Amino acid sequence: MSRIVVGPFNRVEGDLELSLEVEADRVVSARVTTPLYRGFEQILVGRPVDDALVVAPRICGICSVSQSLAAAAAIAAFAGASPAPNGALATALAHAAENLADHLSHFYLFFMPDFARAQYDREPWWPETAERFTAVKGSASAEMLPLRARLLEVMGLVAGKWPHSLAFRPGGTTRALDLGAKTRLRAILADLRAFAERVIFDAPLEVFAALDDVAALDAHAAERRGDLARFLRLATALDLGRLGPGPGTVMSFGAYPATGPAGAPLFPAGLFETGSGASTPFRPERIVEDPSRAWIAGDAGPPARAETRPDIDRPDAYTWARAPRYDGRTAEVGAVARQLVAGHPLIRALVARDGGTSVTSRIVARLLEVALVLPAMEAWVGRLRPGEPFCADGGEPTDGSGVGLVEAARGGLAHWMTVRGGRIVRYQIVAPTTWNFSPRDGAGVPGPLERALEATSLGGLGARAAAVQHVVRSFDPCMVCTAH
Amino acid sequence: MNTSAKRFTVLWLQAGSCGGCSMALLDHCRRGLFAELGAFGIEFLWHPSLSEATGEEVVELLDGVADGRLPLDALVVEGTVLTAPNGTGRFHMLAGTGASLLDWVRRLAPRARHVVAVGSCAAFGGIPVASPDPGEGMGLQFDGSERGGVLGAGHRDAGGLPVINVAGCAPHPGWIVETLIALAAGDLAASDLDPLGRPKFFADHLAHHGCSRNEFYEFKASAETASDRGCMMEHLGCKATQAVGDCNQRPWNGSGSCTDGGYACIACTSPDFERARGFLATPKVAGIPVGLPLDMPKAWFMALAALSKSATPKRVRLNAVADHVVVPPGRSRRSGAEGGDG
Repeated sequence: MSRIVVGPFNRVEGDLELSLEVEADRVVSARVTTPLYRGFEQILVGRPVDDALVVAPRICGICSVSQSLAAAAAIAAFAGASPAPNGALATALAHAAENLADHLSHFYLFFMPDFARAQYDREPWWPETAERFTAVKGSASAEMLPLRARLLEVMGLVAGKWPHSLAFRPGGTTRALDLGAKTRLRAILADLRAFAERVIFDAPLEVFAALDDVAALDAHAAERRGDLARFLRLATALDLGRLGPGPGTVMSFGAYPATGPAGAPLFPAGLFETGSGASTPFRPERIVEDPSRAWIAGDAGPPARAETRPDIDRPDAYTWARAPRYDGRTAEVGAVARQLVAGHPLIRALVARDGGTSVTSRIVARLLEVALVLPAMEAWVGRLRPGEPFCADGGEPTDGSGVGLVEAARGGLAHWMTVRGGRIVRYQIVAPTTWNFSPRDGAGVPGPLERALEATSLGGLGARAAAVQHVVRSFDPCMVCTAH
Repeated sequence: MNTSAKRFTVLWLQAGSCGGCSMALLDHCRRGLFAELGAFGIEFLWHPSLSEATGEEVVELLDGVADGRLPLDALVVEGTVLTAPNGTGRFHMLAGTGASLLDWVRRLAPRARHVVAVGSCAAFGGIPVASPDPGEGMGLQFDGSERGGVLGAGHRDAGGLPVINVAGCAPHPGWIVETLIALAAGDLAASDLDPLGRPKFFADHLAHHGCSRNEFYEFKASAETASDRGCMMEHLGCKATQAVGDCNQRPWNGSGSCTDGGYACIACTSPDFERARGFLATPKVAGIPVGLPLDMPKAWFMALAALSKSATPKRVRLNAVADHVVVPPGRSRRSGAEGGDG
């Protein structure tokens, strides 16, 4: 048995270190370390309530809108505010723009470049892959970056700028959109649709979104010339459906609230068991965070009552991230979780084929969300009513507590806030990658990534094995959020 | 792509950052970041979000730069450099290296032809050093508005430049890329930086210049609640008259800016901006805002404000407290001119 350390682990958001126990070229056990602690929960305590809208987004530059929305939702939860209908739509548009930009950045900039590595240069698919996806130099990033900037022009219209906007409030958004802005939003989405249908899917969005079984996906891979089909052919060649199995329980907090019929979210909240196919409702009070293996003092307990005190000399600790558990169990979050909970037939079928979530289903679910969310955005723009209010803030709440729950690109994000006399007295954050890249808990149960890496074959390449890269990046980790 | 451009290498490190400066960077320009940098010969020796190299490949590269074997044109640091606990920097270890980011920055900076702090965190400390400053963070050459920081007040690169502070949270992508291009072209001199090390091309302006709410400012027609169209200085905490940046002279994400987005400037290009409490409400003494334009006598400001308020046209007064235009510019029947109350 030998131990290898992998880091700095790049093309993730933030920094990450892995410690792998290896025997006979296979990972026997893995530990994931989040090596950065800034202390946002400590910084938030003592501030006026509204300051959360300034400080919280700055936890993360890649999902700053999600952080803003979780803070605003936590305030709304105890202030009793509900957003103006226009504000809810504008919020959803900005949030979707961020999430889709993240999905595209992940696929093109973070994940696919690993298949262009020299390790694969004898594979028949390598020359085309290297031309398309080599980091920085590939043709795909040259094509995608201008489109990403175009997509984020949604932020210029709705939110002033990105990242780190103050446009998102419990009552909606701060910039009322007129007919000119509404029309420019339509034009941006038209460009995004044209790109996605030509470059990613080589098919109309609605055609891809309607695929409902593995055979249909295989046909897509065989017949289409888009970047998703390129990935699917690689995934088959490298058997990525067997790589990086998830923990069995997936969870969603519900995405794009109040945008569906009768105030429903676009994608529902819930839990889904990939083994039994059972679904259960999501109850935030069942979440517990366990600092046993983190450089954080204290015992396991509900975030609503927790405090954050760093303890860098805590025995047996190996990361800044605490271990979140739902009903005592680990859970995987992210696009694949959202689509499993929502019951999308293609993702359910893929996960049934693979016997659980995998590198393949995580990637397909993200791109599927491009095909699902973009048409929803087009509909939301159509429902904007210039001239009617975008923001319906109530009075400043002085006392109360609440939890704000949102779905970031990478999965469920929760902020617990307690306020007394207009000041924040408690603030706790559990981010998506805190779930996926959780350390062991007090009982020694590994987190989802730690489990997913077990049994990974290194192909004789040790720390340089691409398989480890594929598994880690398939989760699209955001390490700056993880320990905040 | 201009292949004749001289190669200019950039090593980008993320310290105690949110990654937002890199995310902003990727937004740069219509032809795409990589094409723009390539045209000026600018190459990432390594960038944590973008480069292929990972793990031990990166450690070899960092050692090569630190040992002087690999020449480096610009070390770019994004994020606050954490020194906790007790000056060790253990609150942020660079994965796989057993050394803190603090140690790496101190090892690498002397080897770089230029050192660039991207974002207010790397420049001055930024949001992570807000009270209680859990990570005991610092900027590269400033600790808040005090000279010093992790590289020390005396740090100068081979050409005599201090750390170049591309302040902002996050900075405009143009500020970052234009700074790198100016360095690659040999255009940036010490005289192009303000006393806080910020490139003057953006720091010689106020965020207020070009604000679309200018008419409301002139008449002191103030917004009262979020999403009102009026000037946000009197009630909603806006510091654009006291903060540097050409923020309202170039579009953000195609068209926007903070004030255009309907919310206050929080002076994110300034050292110590994170010390504010109650960012979104204007602090007042006896009903008078504490923060007024720096270079104007207070009594004059108050007198002018009173005069402007008494002369505010109805159009401006009503639009200031609405979220959309409720009184459009009128038209003079006699001259045909537009813009009055109608």
